[in-house]
Amino acid sequence: MIRIEHRTIGDVHLLDIEGRLTIGEGTAGFREAIHRVIQLGGRRLVLNLAGVTHMDSSGIGELVSAYTTMSHLGGRVKLLHVPPRIREVLTITKLATVFETFDDEAAAIGSFQ
Amino acid sequence: MTERAAPETYSISLSVASGLEFVELAETVTATLARLAGFDEETAMWISMAVREAVINAIKHGNREDRQKRVEIQYAFDHDGLSIRVTDQGSGFDLSQVPNPLDPENLLKPTGRGIFYMKAFMDEVDIRSAPGEGTTVRLRKKIRPRSA
Repeated sequence: MIRIEHRTIGDVHLLDIEGRLTIGEGTAGFREAIHRVIQLGGRRLVLNLAGVTHMDSSGIGELVSAYTTMSHLGGRVKLLHVPPRIREVLTITKLATVFETFDDEAAAIGSFQ
Repeated sequence: MTERAAPETYSISLSVASGLEFVELAETVTATLARLAGFDEETAMWISMAVREAVINAIKHGNREDRQKRVEIQYAFDHDGLSIRVTDQGSGFDLSQVPNPLDPENLLKPTGRGIFYMKAFMDEVDIRSAPGEGTTVRLRKKIRPRSA
């Protein structure tokens, strides 16, 4: 089960994600939300992972896809409030070196300037 | 708070059709058995995520979601830990051809992290695969003695 809320602050799009970013409903819902942001012209994206409880390798793959898709479009993706479990996954997969992460929403939004 | 009694040796089997809707079932059963074996909640969660990856691989890459083919999941737990064996009825694969997801050229690929995930969260991972004989993944997690 995944729940994703979409907010915008200025030209920064924020996705507040809750639940399981795992293969099936989770990854499909996430992909759809990213697609919607891109269709709206969003190129500055913050993924708030505070409510994410589980992330399997397919979920990691979707995060990577969001990052590469946005990069190809000249945009950027940043992570906010990464829970310890997910931080551990990002570290062991070396993706912690790829994603810029923040613990403060204002700092994440300000980092695009 | 009561001390959990040391578990006896158990053997439990689960057999599912090759549909991704059964992945959650395998994950839930694994987490429950890991708790029964004496693992803490966090470790049980990671064990269940590792088994989840093995079952997804068996359904998607092994049996190619052919619902006539089954995935067998066997659990054995004893005083030392929990062993899980996941077997598919696919056509096998060459393990040496699986790319390392940590190599710089693979870091931004969206797929190919399933086996890595298993190795990260289990103490032992053994994968046997032969053309025409399917694939068997053996996973083991040892119970760490509690610190005094």
